Amino acid sequence: MNEAILSFLQAEFSQFLIPNREIQTNLFFITLKKEGILPVCKALKEHPNFSFSFLNDLTSVDWLGKRSPRFEVLYLLKSPKSGHNRIQIRVPIEEGEEVPSIVSVYPGANWPEREVFDLMGITFSSHPRMERLIMPDNFVGHPLRKDYPLEGPGQDYLIQDLLSIHVNEDIEKD
Amino acid sequence: MAMYEKTAEHFQEKFKELPEGHLLVNLGPSHPATHGILQNVIQIDGERVVEAESVIGYVHRCFEKLGERYDYNQFLVCTDRMNYVSTPLNNIGWILTVEKMMQIQVPERVTYVRMIISELSRIMDHIICNGIMGVDLGAFSGLLHLFHHRENIYQILEKLTGARLTTTFCRVGGMERDIYPEFVKEIKLVTEGLKPALKEFHELLIRNKIFNERTAGIGGISAEEAIAYGFSGPNLRAAGVAWDVRKDDPYMLYDKVNFDVPVGEDGSALHRTLVRMEEMQQSIRIIEQLIDGIPEGPYHADVPHTFLPPKDRVYHNMEELIYHFKIIMHGVKVPPGEYYHATEAANGELGFFVVSEGDKSPWRVHVRRPCFWYYQAFPKMVKGGLLADTIATMSSLNVIAGELDC
Repeated sequence: MNEAILSFLQAEFSQFLIPNREIQTNLFFITLKKEGILPVCKALKEHPNFSFSFLNDLTSVDWLGKRSPRFEVLYLLKSPKSGHNRIQIRVPIEEGEEVPSIVSVYPGANWPEREVFDLMGITFSSHPRMERLIMPDNFVGHPLRKDYPLEGPGQDYLIQDLLSIHVNEDIEKD
Repeated sequence: MAMYEKTAEHFQEKFKELPEGHLLVNLGPSHPATHGILQNVIQIDGERVVEAESVIGYVHRCFEKLGERYDYNQFLVCTDRMNYVSTPLNNIGWILTVEKMMQIQVPERVTYVRMIISELSRIMDHIICNGIMGVDLGAFSGLLHLFHHRENIYQILEKLTGARLTTTFCRVGGMERDIYPEFVKEIKLVTEGLKPALKEFHELLIRNKIFNERTAGIGGISAEEAIAYGFSGPNLRAAGVAWDVRKDDPYMLYDKVNFDVPVGEDGSALHRTLVRMEEMQQSIRIIEQLIDGIPEGPYHADVPHTFLPPKDRVYHNMEELIYHFKIIMHGVKVPPGEYYHATEAANGELGFFVVSEGDKSPWRVHVRRPCFWYYQAFPKMVKGGLLADTIATMSSLNVIAGELDC
């Protein structure tokens, strides 16, 4: 099944495909350019053999300091055909880039996309209402980003420095 | 509501020119019929709902950020606070994900106990959903009859884990402690007691004419729409789609036990209630198949770097003391990689997506919580109905604020 999907995508949408990087994962995944997400989702949903009609999950990862480009938006699709097969689509983007919204294909993507915007700061273009969903409207920053300070704005250090900072303070006290 | 200025502006924009006789009603944020703190702004024309809008985020705790800070065992405590009416299901979902990532094989005994506790929790959750739904619609005695049995399950959990609500039930590789001697006997008593109680509940509430007329055909959603909106669990099955993670993508021993997946027809409030009633029967069936065959053996896999050794060994053995400190200070080591693991929680598909970079804590944790996906369809489901029907719709959806906001 997975080979069939891959060959279908290579035949139809080869201009959008990016070579996968090496990841240890239990999901079958493909990497796409951001322009390709809407046509590929549409094609996978409408294809009679695959029929990925269920948007299972939509999330994003911040790879600050680990990889470039910085963000990845991850889509997980599920198909009732072939034993509820799952496929993950990865869209790497740089900071400030917009990703096309897939609400027109999967209406259920509405809130998850707003959540990603709210917590990670990734904007989805042509979304019906791109506003904060969970955090208050006057909240500053996007809390799931790796450079958002754990103890709130005004603290200029990162989570991973937290332990060493307090240790240094204690040493200075003595 | 100064915090939600933009949302308020949006409402003013959306409901700007209220026609003559139309009225805006705020259902919530804190209302007895909203299960937790969530808000619905509803525009009504007489009794008829014209427009609706849901606002969430009142109890947000940024679990996913906490997951990046805590280690794998510590995050277990956070999962308790998600769906707080059936905590063990969340615990088991998280622990199974971590165990799959670390490729730990747990002993059969652990799997059996986990499955029994899962199904008991599912019963617990459905009792609350169906019972409180009756309360929201004005019938209290149904809940009272069933609550006694829910209390019995709580007492089993209390004896087993030491807590009633925040159980923190599993550990990576097994359980914190072994089951207690009367475990099997007490669970048999509970399931025996539940059978007549469920029958009674059915006759008392579901066959009640008032309840029937207030729920039949109310808040319906078609199968296509339910799939498009990412519904899962009983709410999806009530619309006639027989998807169950326990059957489609089996975990633990769900492919070894016999049970049916109950399916409704029109996805209305009545069918959601009926699906939950039948699921409780199926859970009892699963428990009965397992309860007599709990195998003897250890309650923990032989993986010393993942669980705290028993205290008497820590106090008398240097090696165990080192393990103890290693786990407390450096946490559980999970190999780098990504993993998505889905379990069938009481509300639907509960998925954990974990990205590990080989550190003490995950690089990224994401929770796919079932409530979040189907609550966004709520405004669409209530549009055109009566104001009183929104209560029936919301109760039957089983929205839990802790899971929704995460």
